[in-house]
Amino acid sequence: MSAQEYAFVVLAVVGSLSAIAVVTSTNVVHAALYLVVALLSVAGVYLLLGAEFVAWVQILIYVGAIVILFLFGLMLTKAPIGRDALDNQQRGVGAIVGVGVFAGLVFLIQDAFPMQDAQAFEPARGTTDVVGEAIFRSYVLPFEAVSFLLLAALIGAIVLARKDDST
Amino acid sequence: MIRLPLVLMFSALLFSAGVYGVLARRNAIMVLMAIELMLNAVNVNLVAFAALLQQMTGQVFALFVIAVAAAEVGIGLAIVILLFRTRESINVDEVNLLKW
Amino acid sequence: MNVLAAEGEVAFKATTNGIWFVEHAWIVVLLPLVSAALILFLGSRTPGKGAVYGITAVGAAFVFSIGGLWHFVEGGGPFEGSIDWFTIGPLHLELGVLVDGLTAVMLVVVTAVSLAVHVYSLGYMHGDERFTWFYVVLSLFTAAMLTVVVSNNLIQLLVGWEVMGICSYLLIGHWWEVKENSDAAIKAFITTRVGDVPFMFGIIALIAVTGFTTTNIGEVSHELGLGEVSPLFVSVAALLLFGGTVGKSAQFPLHVWLPDAMAGPTPVSALIHAATMVAAGVYLIGRLFEVFLLADEWVLTVVSIVAAITALGAALLAIVQDDIKRVLAYSTLSQLAYMVAGLSLGELGLTAGFFHLFTHAFFKALLFLCAGSVIHAVHSNNMSEMGGLRKYMPITFWTMLIGSLALAGIIPLAGFWSKDELLVVAHEEHATWLFVVFLVTAVITAFYTMRMVMLTFFGEYEGEAHPHESPKTMTGPLIALAAATIGVGLLGAPQLNAVFGKWVFFEEIHEAVFVPWIAGLSTAGALLGLAAGYVLYRERKARDPLQAPMGPAWNLLQNRYYIDEFYMRAIVRPVRDTWSAGVNWFNQVVLDGIVDGAAVVTRWVAQLVAWFDRTVIDGAVNGAGEVAGRTGNALRYLQSGNVQWYAVGLFVGVIALAVVFIRVV
Repeated sequence: MSAQEYAFVVLAVVGSLSAIAVVTSTNVVHAALYLVVALLSVAGVYLLLGAEFVAWVQILIYVGAIVILFLFGLMLTKAPIGRDALDNQQRGVGAIVGVGVFAGLVFLIQDAFPMQDAQAFEPARGTTDVVGEAIFRSYVLPFEAVSFLLLAALIGAIVLARKDDST
Repeated sequence: MIRLPLVLMFSALLFSAGVYGVLARRNAIMVLMAIELMLNAVNVNLVAFAALLQQMTGQVFALFVIAVAAAEVGIGLAIVILLFRTRESINVDEVNLLKW
Repeated sequence: MNVLAAEGEVAFKATTNGIWFVEHAWIVVLLPLVSAALILFLGSRTPGKGAVYGITAVGAAFVFSIGGLWHFVEGGGPFEGSIDWFTIGPLHLELGVLVDGLTAVMLVVVTAVSLAVHVYSLGYMHGDERFTWFYVVLSLFTAAMLTVVVSNNLIQLLVGWEVMGICSYLLIGHWWEVKENSDAAIKAFITTRVGDVPFMFGIIALIAVTGFTTTNIGEVSHELGLGEVSPLFVSVAALLLFGGTVGKSAQFPLHVWLPDAMAGPTPVSALIHAATMVAAGVYLIGRLFEVFLLADEWVLTVVSIVAAITALGAALLAIVQDDIKRVLAYSTLSQLAYMVAGLSLGELGLTAGFFHLFTHAFFKALLFLCAGSVIHAVHSNNMSEMGGLRKYMPITFWTMLIGSLALAGIIPLAGFWSKDELLVVAHEEHATWLFVVFLVTAVITAFYTMRMVMLTFFGEYEGEAHPHESPKTMTGPLIALAAATIGVGLLGAPQLNAVFGKWVFFEEIHEAVFVPWIAGLSTAGALLGLAAGYVLYRERKARDPLQAPMGPAWNLLQNRYYIDEFYMRAIVRPVRDTWSAGVNWFNQVVLDGIVDGAAVVTRWVAQLVAWFDRTVIDGAVNGAGEVAGRTGNALRYLQSGNVQWYAVGLFVGVIALAVVFIRVV
């Protein structure tokens, strides 16, 4: 276990706990804030893995924009407070399914990449210029497509959310 | 330096939490948050493998996922606002007009 | 058509002046047939209502027949010609003519009497509402009789025979509005039918002799002559054929129809029931004479006995009749029996029997037509309502007298020569009992004939009608027939070479012999009978002079020996009321019941099938729909409307599939 690994384990624990807190919290605003913590820890993991650009984009967009959107949404829709108010009757089934999913995934991971044979690997080179090169050389077409998608999303959001003048 | 299975398990945990949140939360925005968790788990996976294989593909893909996630949250919240306007509540288990 | 040379010892001339008429004898048959069709289709629109076709056709046929007879007068031989009709397996059917002396003579008789009757009917049936139809059937009958006479094969003969039966039925029942007449017609038809059934079996037996290959009479006779057939078979066949004669020629016991047949118009009685149809039975025996000769002796004995009974019995019945036509009917029965008896005497009797047929046809037809003339004048058949008519109807009186004397057998009229001939043959064949019967019957015949003449023409007329002489269309034929009566007898007179015997004979010509003592005996008997009749009936009395002396015998005769009652009780009633009714019941109840029952069963089955269709099949179909509906009803609870519930399903499925695909597959 190297130092990076230790750091990773700490970040992973924090992230996991906050993720669980997101889905089990009784207060929606607390849940949103726990989401921030989870997202930040994920960004930390990216950094440990050597993907700097992705980590910064994560913080910028996810933490900076998306969570703010969530908070705005919560504000506009008068979210309720309380355990039963936040969870529906499928709690039991959902827990089972969630645990099942986790078990399944762990099984698959163990099958494909057993812990005993695992080898540590070098972090990636994820500096901005390298990522930029990759995007604008090999993946320029998906890049354009995504920009198109964002345009559509923008227009769509405006159309959906505007007030109807005709009643 | 980091062993791969650990990363993958972290991502699995995030994903499972997201699944529980999608299935068990009543508030629509809570469901959207859980979906974000799931997307993040996928991203972690992508980046981990990109590091393992020393390729850029995984990171580029993760960027695109983030972009799409942003767009999706925008639209999703627009729909939630619309739902709130018509029904005064955004509990997903009250949106069941298509039941038998 | 081919000409056969005659077999036997007689030599014939190869060709004569009349041979054309013989070779084309089929025209004689065709002429009345065509005229029947013409009268049927055009008669009602022709002036004179179609009688002209019939008279012309029969007149032409008569001329033809004279031409044919001329051939035999000059010594010509028989002629046979035929065309193939069709073949069934080995049996070969043909249409053909066989013309020998017998045929030629018969042709003359039939056409002459038919012509006389055709002309006579112009006057007698004048004004009748079915005048045209009468002439149609009259012509058709003539054609049928001619068919029988010229036919060379059994089937053709049978066809003509049966058509004659139908025409007789139609003509007897000409005035069918009166029930008696239609009853008489049915009685005639059925009684002759009873005789026709054995006749047909006889024909089949004869065809069987040839091995079912041909129906030709010549060939049948040839086969029989070979002697390979058992005599018993031939005897039975002969007896069966005689059945036809018994029926058609009204011999005992099937004689009952002829007196009743007098219900028909008098011209019909003259043609059919005196001269032609009843003579067909006699002709049959003559044509198939080989069969009778090759049969055992007892067959001809049976024939003689039947004929003798008929002759004597009918003559006795004629004594007590009041109806003038019935007297003549019984007289006909008696004279036919004479002919049959003559034929039963063998080869010698053939010539004599047919000579009597020849002469009898003329004078009996004459008598009937005279009777018709009398009936036409006084509008009644009964002699008790007549009397003293000789002042009013001289022509009728004189012609009737000639006919009566001929019937009684007075020289030199026709009846004398033919009866004398029969007596001679009976004597030569040593058939003494038949000789005696002939003689006694001759006496009785003379008696009732005179009785008839006395009651009708002598005494005073006390009736209410105004008798007058008949029109020329009626008296003309009377005079013609009277002349024939006087003349034809001479054809068989031995003193004049007995030419008749040279035309009609069996295998060899027999010289006719004149035996003086027989001739004297018969003349004496006839005069005895005539005198007795004259004396007894000279004055009219309220009751018949014979009634008292005869006592119960009179009643027996009046009731015709009670034979008719016997038939009614023993045969007609059981068949009609019991058997026919029983068969009818069987048909209505049992057979129709079966058919109806089948229908009922079918309906049950149909209902069963319907139930099956309704319950099982429709049930299955409806059930399928029900199951689909219920399943849907049950499954719809999956649609909770809750999106997260759907998501649960989604995730579970995905995980399962993922594990399956990655690990298992």
